[in-house]
Parts: sequence; structure tokens; C-alpha cells
Amino acid sequence: MYFGLSEEQNQFQDYVKKFLSDNVSVDEIRKIANGDDQKLHEDIKSGLMNLGLSSLLIPENYGGLGGDLLSAVSIAQGLGTGVGPISFAGSYVMAPIALSLGGNDDQKDKYLPKIASNEIKFGVGLSEYVAAREDSGIELSKGNASGKALFVIDGDDADFFILSDKGGTMFIVDKNEKGLEIIQLTTVDKTRLYLELNLNNVKAEVLQETENNPYVIQKVIDAGRIILSADSLGASETMIEKAVSYAKERKQFNRVIGSFQAVKHMCAEMAADLEPCYAMLWQAAHSFDHDPDEARLQACQAKSHIAEVAKMVSKKATEVHGGMGFTDLLGLHYWFKRIGLNRQILGGPELVREEAAELQGFNQ
Amino acid sequence: MNLEYGPEYEDFRAEVIDFCKEYQGISFENTSNKNISRSEWQKILIEKGFIARAIPKEYGGFGGETDIIKSRIIATEFSKAKIPGGMGGQGIDMLVPTLLEWGTEEQKQQYIEPTLHGEMIWCQGYSEPNAGSDLASLQTKGELKDGNWVINGQKIWTSTAQYSQMMFCLVRTEPQAPKHSGISFILIPMDTSGIEIRPLVDMTLNAGFNEVFFTDVTVPEGNIVGKRGDGWSVANSVLGHERGSLADPNATMNRLNTLINMMKEETIDGRRLIDIPSYRDRLMQVQGKVMANQAHSLRLLSSKINPGQNVKLGGMIQKLVGTELRHEMEALAIDVLGEIGTLYEETPRLKENGSFQFHYMYFLGLIIGGGTNQIQKNIISERGLGMPKEPKVQEAS
Repeated sequence: MYFGLSEEQNQFQDYVKKFLSDNVSVDEIRKIANGDDQKLHEDIKSGLMNLGLSSLLIPENYGGLGGDLLSAVSIAQGLGTGVGPISFAGSYVMAPIALSLGGNDDQKDKYLPKIASNEIKFGVGLSEYVAAREDSGIELSKGNASGKALFVIDGDDADFFILSDKGGTMFIVDKNEKGLEIIQLTTVDKTRLYLELNLNNVKAEVLQETENNPYVIQKVIDAGRIILSADSLGASETMIEKAVSYAKERKQFNRVIGSFQAVKHMCAEMAADLEPCYAMLWQAAHSFDHDPDEARLQACQAKSHIAEVAKMVSKKATEVHGGMGFTDLLGLHYWFKRIGLNRQILGGPELVREEAAELQGFNQ
Repeated sequence: MNLEYGPEYEDFRAEVIDFCKEYQGISFENTSNKNISRSEWQKILIEKGFIARAIPKEYGGFGGETDIIKSRIIATEFSKAKIPGGMGGQGIDMLVPTLLEWGTEEQKQQYIEPTLHGEMIWCQGYSEPNAGSDLASLQTKGELKDGNWVINGQKIWTSTAQYSQMMFCLVRTEPQAPKHSGISFILIPMDTSGIEIRPLVDMTLNAGFNEVFFTDVTVPEGNIVGKRGDGWSVANSVLGHERGSLADPNATMNRLNTLINMMKEETIDGRRLIDIPSYRDRLMQVQGKVMANQAHSLRLLSSKINPGQNVKLGGMIQKLVGTELRHEMEALAIDVLGEIGTLYEETPRLKENGSFQFHYMYFLGLIIGGGTNQIQKNIISERGLGMPKEPKVQEAS
């Protein structure tokens, strides 16, 4: 019996953490967030992609590494620690899973190897299936899609998008297809790009196995929720580390503020609430890979619980930094904002808890 | 990640399940036809190696190796089959491991076996009215006179003192020494003259605790465990054990199920409580925490059998997180029951024997006891996160 990330998964995570800490300081993150240095952003992206992120979840017979979701979680945690300014949940987790489970053989042949080799990139927009806000929502009719998709994940530089209609039938849209309008949304977290897509009778390539079969879209959403939770967990870990080390250095009243119980207890509370989240996250990923009966409930509960803990951490860690925590200078807010964004994507805590209740037959 | 225990353990699980079937329905009540005494049951469990596994045979134990997975399997299967487990209490959980580590051969021979068999009950004499979180400032005095310890002072929060044959007690024997090195660990028979026990009623209205007063209580010199002045180390070697055992994750899951069932049965205006969105959302929040804790306990278990797995903070948070969670869960049960949730003791319309109110208060007691949760936060921040201790304050004159 062994409960945790394997040695290999830990190593993979360490590579990601090391790359980010060596190459992406707060100054770099700021430049990327402000859109000041396109070249820098490209270099960082290709540096991370060279670690093999795009091929991780692609099955071996399609030129990938055939990794499981727990391996993807280990990477996502690493990316979260350094607010990695790179696509992951949508392009390299949800899209490969959607294609592997939902595509027919031709579709798998056509797309999976090229994702693995980083020749093509997918954005994923399933927000409407979770909760359609405002006038969003897409209808499929005779192979054409019309409507709007909001908060499409990992849409930057995407060549294709995976979207769904209200019933959970998923389809692919080419970015160059006629009738597709791509609009950038600016969220608090400028390290990752989210899109709105307007579709006016756009040619849609339906993923065959997803027709009248919500199993696939649910699985894809579960995976997305688990990966976003891993990202927030990583970000929370860094925020606690930063708060603790700041508290050990900063002096007031002739002593380091970390010797005051008011400050120590905030740090202890953050650590105590975050610590069980690791196990919860890994168990959810493990169930996704091996225990389908438990997987959805665990994905919902992990998304909700980790979002709540991360929110608490993002607030307290900022407070420990005092006024400096509030400045752009320190850049702590990039982690704060990443946590704030992940919380809402693919369902905020109340929505996923309601889903968890429904899964257990609690609301009749 | 591998959640299988392996075939050897599944064989063991089958053995435990068979045992549970054999003893299904046993009871310590005289009214049952499957009546058995606590002490007999204790002996059966030791013989099977289900408890006292790692305690040597010569002291009345099973004489095997500690096996944390087997312990977990036993706990799980016993709980499923509703078979009573072994006895706990401060003698078995705290004194026996202490004696095994620090006791003389004679002390081990004399005390361990009757304690394991439930024939010798112990209480713990640590806290004093002026020595709570700052336990090491305790003042109960022990003086060596003519080969005997003569003890004077007062202990408080002494659970089970009224049923106990023996107390293990922290006593200041070296008044000149610094506070941590002036304490000795002394064993006191509770029938010694000069001991007075007064029950202390807590907010649940149970007399779960006592105050114990010592007036010239005299015990032989040989009743000391460890050397003079070693008492703090002797006591601390087992305190960690108590903190770890306070929060049982299976118990928490079982309690959550009780809460869920109650919310499915009870109604407001004919509507099930669980169908009311705000109540349901709070339930789902608590369930998320319980699931996180369940998973965390598996990770801790894993770290105990896989040397090198790093869970530095993992063990330190258990008491804090576990007690707060149980308190929150009971509070939710009371809130969803509304006025009905305030019923207590013997009254019409009482739910679950009043256990929601009882546990709501009881777990507040555990939040305070066993090292307050504020002290736990000091431990987590200092030992877990490497933050500095609060500077010592000059004593006010």
C-alpha cells in the first residue's frame, strides 16, 4: 500500500517547479501578464512544453506517454506553485481525454498524435454544460453550431476548440472556420487567457461517442475540475511558503512578526487546512483513473473543498504580508488571482456541492 | 498510488471477519444470552493478537510485531460488525507504552498484565489548577522521606479517578532545578490514605473529570518511573500518542452518516431537511472536509509503512483539524434540527439520545483538552513551519 505521488511523479513535479523558479520570477510574470514581452512568454511556454506536457495524457499508441490523471495532477500542482503562465487543464488534459473517450478512430488518428507532438493546440469550452451564464449556450443542427461559449479554457493560440451543446454532445471547431468570432476576455488572472466564442452556423465536427452519452463530457469536466484544484493547491502552497518566510524576516516592535502568535496562528491555520487537501486531490485523481463509482463525487468535493481552503489561504497569506501583500511590487496577487479564477471555472463551490448532493440523491 | 493492502492482509481481513461472525451480538450486559465480561473479552482479543499485539508475552501481551495495517483492518471490521473493540483508557493507551520504554523489569511485571486485562484501571495526574497549557509549571510536591515519597498538592481534569486503582502522576521532586527538569513520574495507588477525589461536573453535566487532592500521600521510593527529574521526558514520550489517537477518522465518517440519515428522516413542513438548499449546502461542506480527512489519514497510514514518505506536517494537524471538524458537524446537526436540536437529557422528542448536543459540547472540551488547539497552532507553526517561539516575558513581580 502506498498513498501518494510516485517517485516519478514527484520528480516530474520537481522539474516543473524548478523550471518556474529558475525562469519565471515575479518580474517575468508581470511582463507576461501585462503583455509586455511576447518573446519571453513564448520562451517560457516552449521551455515547459519541452518537459513533455503535451504528450503526457496522449495514449502510447498515439505517440504520447500514456500517463494517468494523477501524473497530470502532479504537473498541475507544480504549475500552480509558480503560477505557470501556460495552458494545461484544457489543452493537455481535457482535450486529450475528450478525444480519447469521445472520438472515433479517425478522429483519434487525426488529432491525438499532433497534440502530443505539439503541432496543434486545443482550447476547451464546456462552461455552458456546467452553468450557462447570460446568453451563452450552443445548439447543434445538421453538423453546424450556433450560439456562444464563455470562458473557453486555454484558448490562446488554439487551432481548434472542443465545445458542447446543452445536452453534452461535444464537437470540434476549427479556429479558421467561417462564422466563428473569437473574443478575448480579461479576467483578474492575466497569466492565462480565457475566450468568448460566438458561433454563427459554424461547421462542427461531432465527437461521435459523445452523442446521447453524457458520460464523456462528465468525465472531461471531472478531469478539468481536478486539475484546476491541483493548480490552486500548488498556488496555495507557495502563498503559505511566502507568508512564512516573510514573517520570519519582517521585524516590528523589535522582533520578527513570525514570533507573534497572531501571525503564527494564521500560518498554522493555513497549513492545517491545506495539508489534507493533498490527499483529497490525489485520491480524487486515483479514483478518476481506477474507481469510476467514486470519481465524480470526489471530483466535485475536491473542487469545492480545495477552492474554499485556497480562498482562505490566499486571504490570510496576503494579510501576513501586511501592506506589502497589497502591492503590485511584491506580486503576491498573481497567486491570489489564480486561486480566485480557478475557483469559478467549471463550477464554483456552491454549484459543485449541489452537484455532489445530486449524485448522492440528496435533493429530490 | 496503490490502495491495495495485498493478499497477506486480505487473508488477515477474512480471519477478522470470521471472528466477528463468531462473536456477533456479544454484550457486556447481563441481559444478553451472549454475555461476557469485559475482562474475558479483553483476554480473547489479546490471545488472537487483535490488541496488545506488540506487547511481549511475558507481560501479558500477544508478543508479535506492531502492524499498523492489521490494526486498521481490525478497527474497520469491528466497527462494521458492531463488535466491541478492546478496552482503552489511560492505563492501556498511555501508561503501558510508557512502562515499556521507561519502567524497571519489576514495574513491567507488576503493572502491565493486569492493566492490559482491564483489572487495573489508571488515571493520569498531570494538570493542576495553575498548570494547564503551561504544564511544566506544576507544583504538586514530592519529598523523599525514609524511603518513601510524601506527596502534597492538587491535580485537576483527572478522568476516571473515581474508578481507578492507580494514578501515574507528575510531581515536583527537585524544587531547585529548572522547571522542566524538576519533575518525576510517580505511580500512586488510589487507595493510599490522604487522597481525596471530588467530582468535577463539565458543561455536558457529566462528572467526567475530578479534582484530586493529596495530603501527605506516602508511596514507596520504588514507585518512580525513570530517574528523579526525568518525569517531563517520561510523560512526553507518550503525550504524542494521545494526540494522535484523539481523532479517529472512521468515527467521523460514521458520525457523518448518522447526520445524513437524520437529515433524510426529519422534516420541516413535511419537507426533508436534506431537501432544504441551505442546510444541504452546509452538509456538503462538512462532507468535503470529512472526505479530505479520510484521505489524509490514508496518507498518514502510508507514511508509517513506507519509510521516506514525507508527511512532516501531516501528523501535527490531526488533533486541531479532527476536533474542530467534529464540533462543526455536531453544530450542523443542531442547527438543522432547530428548536428540536436544543432538547437534552430525558425529554419527549429527543433525537439520537441527545447525542448531537452532547458531542457538540464534548468536542469543545476536546478542542480545549489534550493540549488546546491554540497550543496545537504553536506546535504546527514552530515545529512544522519553523517559526520562532514567542520571546520569554520577564516575570512580573
